Amino acid sequence: MPDTFIKIASVTVGAGGAATMAFSSIPATYTDLVLMTSNRLTGSNPTVNLQFNSDTTQTNYYRRILLHYGSGASVNYTNDQGGGGYATYSGYTASTFSNTSIYIPNYLSANQKTYSADSVAENNSASDYFSGIFAGLWTGTAAITGITIYPADSTNWVQYTTATLYGIKNS
Amino acid sequence: MTDTKIIVNCETGETLEVELTAEEVAQRQADAQAFADAKAAEEAEAAAKAAAKASAEGKLAALGLTADEVSALLG
Repeated sequence: MPDTFIKIASVTVGAGGAATMAFSSIPATYTDLVLMTSNRLTGSNPTVNLQFNSDTTQTNYYRRILLHYGSGASVNYTNDQGGGGYATYSGYTASTFSNTSIYIPNYLSANQKTYSADSVAENNSASDYFSGIFAGLWTGTAAITGITIYPADSTNWVQYTTATLYGIKNS
Repeated sequence: MTDTKIIVNCETGETLEVELTAEEVAQRQADAQAFADAKAAEEAEAAAKAAAKASAEGKLAALGLTADEVSALLG
C-alpha cells in the first residue's frame, strides 16, 4: 500500500519568537499539499497571511471566508493574502493556540492555484473567538515551491507556534 | 528585538533562523500599514451602516411603528 500522506517538514518557533515561518524548496514529488498549523501571535488581530513563492503582491490573492465570530456569522470577501486561517492573539486565554488545516490541491499546476482551509482560534469567552472556513485563490501559475505564513498585522509568532507541511500523493 | 524568519528547506531538512532583510522589513511595514488601513475602512463602513440603521429606526418610530414592528422590518 503506498504512503499517500507524508510529512515533508515542520517548524516550531523558539523562545525569541519569529516574524515569519517559511517552507522552501518544496519537492515536486506530490500531488497536493496540506499545511497544518498551531499558532499564537503577539498582536491584537487573528488574521494570518498565507504567501506562495514569496509573491508579496496582495492583490494576487483572493479569499472568501464563512466566519463565525462570537454570536454572529458572516461571509467576507477580500483581495489579499489573509487566507492562512486565524491565530489566537494577545488578549486570548493564555497559552492557547489556534488550529488550522490548509489544503492546496494541484500545487504543481501551470494554472492559478486554489486552496481551502478550516481554522479556529479559541478563547475562554462567549463573545470573542473566531472560527472560519476559507476558500482561496493565488493567481500565480508557477509550481508552488515555497510557502510563508505570518501575522497579517506584522506582529510576531510566539514560542511553540508550529507549522507542519505534508505531501499528498494520488497513488 | 530583531525580527527573524524561520526557514526550513524541505529538500535538505535544514532549518535556519535569519534576520529579515531590509527589503523584508520594508514589506512588513507596508503590509502592517495596508492591514491597518483595511481594518479602519472596514470599521468605518460598519459604523456608517449602524448609524444609517439607527436613523431609519428613529424615522420609523416617528411614523408610529412599535419597536417590535421596526425590529421585524429591519432585523
